[in-house]
Amino acid sequence: MNTLQFNPNSPFLYGLAVLVIAFILVQSAYFLFHAIKRAKAIGMDSRTIKRTIGSTSFFTVAPAVSILLGVLSLAQFLGLPLPWIRLSVIGAITYELPAATSTAQALAISLSQTISEAKNYSAIAWVMTLGIMPSIVFTPILIKRIQKGVVNIKTKDSAWGNIFMTSLFMGMISAFSGMVFSRVKEGLPGLLPVAVLAVSAVIMACCGFFVQKKGWKWLENYALPFSMLLSMAFAAVAYPFFNA
Amino acid sequence: MNFEEYNELTHKRGKIWIWSAASLILFVPVALSVKYNAWPGFVPVLKGLLGVAPIFWTVGIIEIITFTPMLGTAGTYLSFVTGNVTALKVPAALNAMESAGFNAETEEGEIISTIAIAVSSIVTTIIISMGVLLFIYIQPLLSSPALKPAFDNILPALFGGLGIVYISKNWKIAVAPVVFMIALFVMVPGLASSVGILVPVGILIALGFARIMYKKGWLE
Repeated sequence: MNTLQFNPNSPFLYGLAVLVIAFILVQSAYFLFHAIKRAKAIGMDSRTIKRTIGSTSFFTVAPAVSILLGVLSLAQFLGLPLPWIRLSVIGAITYELPAATSTAQALAISLSQTISEAKNYSAIAWVMTLGIMPSIVFTPILIKRIQKGVVNIKTKDSAWGNIFMTSLFMGMISAFSGMVFSRVKEGLPGLLPVAVLAVSAVIMACCGFFVQKKGWKWLENYALPFSMLLSMAFAAVAYPFFNA
Repeated sequence: MNFEEYNELTHKRGKIWIWSAASLILFVPVALSVKYNAWPGFVPVLKGLLGVAPIFWTVGIIEIITFTPMLGTAGTYLSFVTGNVTALKVPAALNAMESAGFNAETEEGEIISTIAIAVSSIVTTIIISMGVLLFIYIQPLLSSPALKPAFDNILPALFGGLGIVYISKNWKIAVAPVVFMIALFVMVPGLASSVGILVPVGILIALGFARIMYKKGWLE
């Protein structure tokens, strides 16, 4: 094929995307089915399962739309199918955009317009794919060793094992919470993420109060999505004041 | 079937799925290279990879080591195929287990985590697919300047709510890593783009201080 005729939105590429998306849906449905089956087998309350499904669906909407925004931004120069594939499998916008940019720089091409040469497109697809492969390749290799290590810690000292697990959560939460403060030196505009963090925490604390003191049990499963969406709304409303 | 046998079966299923996924993911660039006769050559790919692989590969392995104990067996196999692990799958699993009142290492926790991650993957895939199909109609809406600050601040919105739950319950363990990370990011703002590498640093600080407090009997 003449490389000048290359179309990053071709039916062939959409076909590849549909194949990958179908795989992801089937795999997720497979694990969901077996988890629910196992839950029934060990006598777990079906209301807990239903609540988990409902609250997780609600919680996922905002991050999923954020991922969709990543697809749309990459689509400007890669067409829709490749970003659709990459952000549905392993990828995240924080990986895919630098991968595309790095390859474009290596090929001395601009990402300000849609890629029109198949070889350049192919090179970007290869770098995006190979750049992210260790996440998928090392998971089956390392998973049992990691789990065995955690079990050993818990077997030796159960109390310390629980603290060890809590410390893992804290490591992640502290890193991402700390990152929110990375722009404070910019002055008022840099304080908006900190304010959003605080608003989200306060809303979550209020939800906790209503769940524990007022008996609003239904709110328990929706507290995080509520705090997340309301604090995002706060960000949209407060943005002009922080950038005045 | 007891939990150990169920877990072993999950490993077998997970391995089949994850190696199938790896093959399919590699199939994409192979297929388009064959279809368009557009093999990019070794050098351009290597040059592109040199710009991202050192950090991506390191973060990728760190994420597996860090998040596997939190996600459970099926959750790990599923999360590392469907991606968006830190900003979506881990918070979804943690929130679901917290709400249901189960720990990650119990069988109930394993099941709840799997359900949360699977549902999250399905919902995400459906939303992205709908967005792709309705691209022309939704792009102006999603790209509107009014909504941009909301989506720019999705991580603070997520970790504010998630953080307060864990920090308030375990404030003694939280103080040292949280104070350290805030100070570090204020002093070196450029590290924000490498937050994945700093997760194990936060874990080591939390573990170090927790160990000292545990030995002194300050933690129950």
